[in-house]
Amino acid sequence: MNRKLIAEFKYAPAPVIRGYNKRSLYINLSTGEIKEKPVTELMIDKFVGGKGFDLYLMWHAIKDETKWDSPENEICISFGPLCGNTSYPGSGKSIVTTISPLTGIPVDCNVGGHFGPYTKFSGWDAIELQGIAKEEVIVYIDGDKGVVQILSAPDEEINSHIFAEELIKEFADSEDKYQFVSVVSSGKAAENVLITCLNFSFWDKRRKVARLKQAGRGGTGSVFRHKKIKALVVKYSGLKVDSNNPVDVETLRKRGLKLHQEIEAGDSTQNRMRQVGTAHLMEIMNDYDLLPIRNFKYGQMPEAEGLHSREFKKLFTQGMPDGCWFGCSLSCCKAVDNFEPRTGPYKGKKVCVDGPEYETAAGCGSNIGVFNARDVVEINFYCDTYGVDTISFGTSTAFAMECYENGILNKERTGGLELTWGNADAALELLHQMARGDGFGVIVGQGVRKMKQIFAEKYGADPDFLQDIGMEAKGLEYSQYMSKESLAQQGGYTLALKGPQHDEAWLIFMDMVNNQIPTFKDKAEALHYFPMFRTWFGLQGLCKLPWNDIEPANNAETDEPAKVPEHVQNYVDIYTAITGKPLNKKTLIEQSERVYNFQKVFCLRMGKGRRIDDVPPYRAVGPVTEEEYLSRQDRYDKQLKEKLNIDPEGKSTTEKMDILRKYREDQYQQLIDAVYERKGWNAQGVPKIEHLQKIGMDLPEVIEVVKRFL
Amino acid sequence: MKMLKTFPDKCITCHNCESACSKLYFKEDNAKKSCVVINEEIYPPEMIVCNQCGTCVDVCPTLALTINTQGVVILNKSLCIGCLMCVAACPINSMRFTENVYNPFKCIACGICTRTCPAEAIEIVTA
Repeated sequence: MNRKLIAEFKYAPAPVIRGYNKRSLYINLSTGEIKEKPVTELMIDKFVGGKGFDLYLMWHAIKDETKWDSPENEICISFGPLCGNTSYPGSGKSIVTTISPLTGIPVDCNVGGHFGPYTKFSGWDAIELQGIAKEEVIVYIDGDKGVVQILSAPDEEINSHIFAEELIKEFADSEDKYQFVSVVSSGKAAENVLITCLNFSFWDKRRKVARLKQAGRGGTGSVFRHKKIKALVVKYSGLKVDSNNPVDVETLRKRGLKLHQEIEAGDSTQNRMRQVGTAHLMEIMNDYDLLPIRNFKYGQMPEAEGLHSREFKKLFTQGMPDGCWFGCSLSCCKAVDNFEPRTGPYKGKKVCVDGPEYETAAGCGSNIGVFNARDVVEINFYCDTYGVDTISFGTSTAFAMECYENGILNKERTGGLELTWGNADAALELLHQMARGDGFGVIVGQGVRKMKQIFAEKYGADPDFLQDIGMEAKGLEYSQYMSKESLAQQGGYTLALKGPQHDEAWLIFMDMVNNQIPTFKDKAEALHYFPMFRTWFGLQGLCKLPWNDIEPANNAETDEPAKVPEHVQNYVDIYTAITGKPLNKKTLIEQSERVYNFQKVFCLRMGKGRRIDDVPPYRAVGPVTEEEYLSRQDRYDKQLKEKLNIDPEGKSTTEKMDILRKYREDQYQQLIDAVYERKGWNAQGVPKIEHLQKIGMDLPEVIEVVKRFL
Repeated sequence: MKMLKTFPDKCITCHNCESACSKLYFKEDNAKKSCVVINEEIYPPEMIVCNQCGTCVDVCPTLALTINTQGVVILNKSLCIGCLMCVAACPINSMRFTENVYNPFKCIACGICTRTCPAEAIEIVTA
């Protein structure tokens, strides 16, 4: 490819010391300025790394009124001090943040692939991308030579499954060195819609293809393309077991080996991550009435057998070390090889499809009434290569289908598409329209919140009904679990800072199935601890899955099995082994609590984050429609009797629904009171100044924002 | 396939094989750095050495482990990133690792140990 050099910056590569480079890379696409910025001791002490660095850099780069498409909005990508070690499974994550086009507040995505570790070992603890380029560009980091370049990008093909591979071949020194190059890209849909993602590549030496992992949530791909970035490319060839220069490599290796051994011994009888990845959850969720079906109306259906993990196992190539970073023996990123799409521009071509993972199989399968595994694989493929988030696509399409079912939409309004449950062809056509930038797909691609406005204004739909069934909060679409019967999970979703994603807290089994957190106080404690613990992965550049998707054989006998105490101790140990800094299980949570509250205040600064924003659609809390009530009548009638002392006999379904709704909404509000109290926030969800002082997040700029809301 | 065959009944636990192996590959007489391991805590002694089954080859994320034309599993150190997934995957604990040596190591059926064994308890065979 003939590329014009637009800007260049040379730097001296230097080894990472104890997990840190102590410098970050700033790139202004508007001006072509590329520079190095110091990572200060304050950043390390208060923000640790990863998402902490991203948020700190973004905070100081944007204004209160910055929108997703403002030039000063940034895409920040950071890696964390533990990122890139090859010893402990799940250690290759990048964390991406930006002001989201869906929510207007910071979104954070934790993503695999080789880009993060290679960029870190190229010399950078974080990257800031600011401004909007005058022409289409790629940004290239050569970590071997110490050069950063902005290059013109006249490339025609930007869909990721082809583009990532082309760039790897272009920038690698030779064919046997493809694995040293990684690409971040999006796809055609990111130019037209908002429910978009970024793809982070890793070269799969066995399959000889570029595999793609997604920074999925919140529309990162749209920001990327709005900045006229077609791709980021990194090359780094020097990876070793001690590339982080850890202080105690032996402890790191021993903890890693022990986990490898647990996985060897336990995975085939625990979660079968190596065989089917997170898709093992499909039948579990269906069995427990938790699988979202038809826009979260139902949690169980006999048809879900079609999406049983055995169906995906038939499609996934078996026996491959499918880690998205070196040294991950959990190997959950499964792939369908030689898949031939039956629609769209790549119809009939053999492609490698990453996944489907659980979220995709539920969102692009059961939630839109599609129960054929191959249809899910095809939707998955086009979402990825076009740069569309499979979670938001699933939830948005499910919403549109329910609107179609209710007559809010019809063929005339959808441009001829029959958005009936299970119509996979129509769902695929929506995707192709998103990529082409035409048709009803562009409306669906704005996400649920914008669709609600459009359908109310344009088609006279009842805004209350749309609010009840539109599965979004703060503007972000729900991920794929039914929270109706778990109060704690309702909070887990709605209190999640970026919007309803399950990465802060997944408490359904603790709460609903095992009844381990019966009181408001118990639930509030869980909604404090787990979001803080899980935040820590994003500070370090780690994956959550090796924490509890494999458990030590004796885990059930420990005091707190839900926390997997031995693995938490592993994290404490490897943190100290790499950074040399002391840590224990308590100070681990404190690291997170500082950054978590900083992000909370950041949300307030950008206009969201108060109690009025922590509101779930009623579909996430209880039955909106009669058919939903009737599908679980026994459960709901029993609740009326036992919890409310109300005899359901002789009452109409509508009467019972009204009583149940009042009760459940009241329970939710009581939960919120308890959680805010536990988190050190006031009744409006604003962090108290004394709490921020106590946890050490009382920076003047933070206090100044909080004072506006007190 | 070229591999070591062991005869535990004949082993007199002199550990000459371990010395020969570690001296050849690590230039020191240190059983922790030998590719063949004699465990005399049980009787007859356990003789742990690679049978070239190739399980490790299948899990290596960088293709650093390959099988050569003689059927012997070889580690290319320049590709190895020291993750030790092969160590965990080895069904007979014959992929070895030790402190301060970042790459794992294994028997490549060179036969040096067979020449130092006074009891003919170990020999190179082609299966």
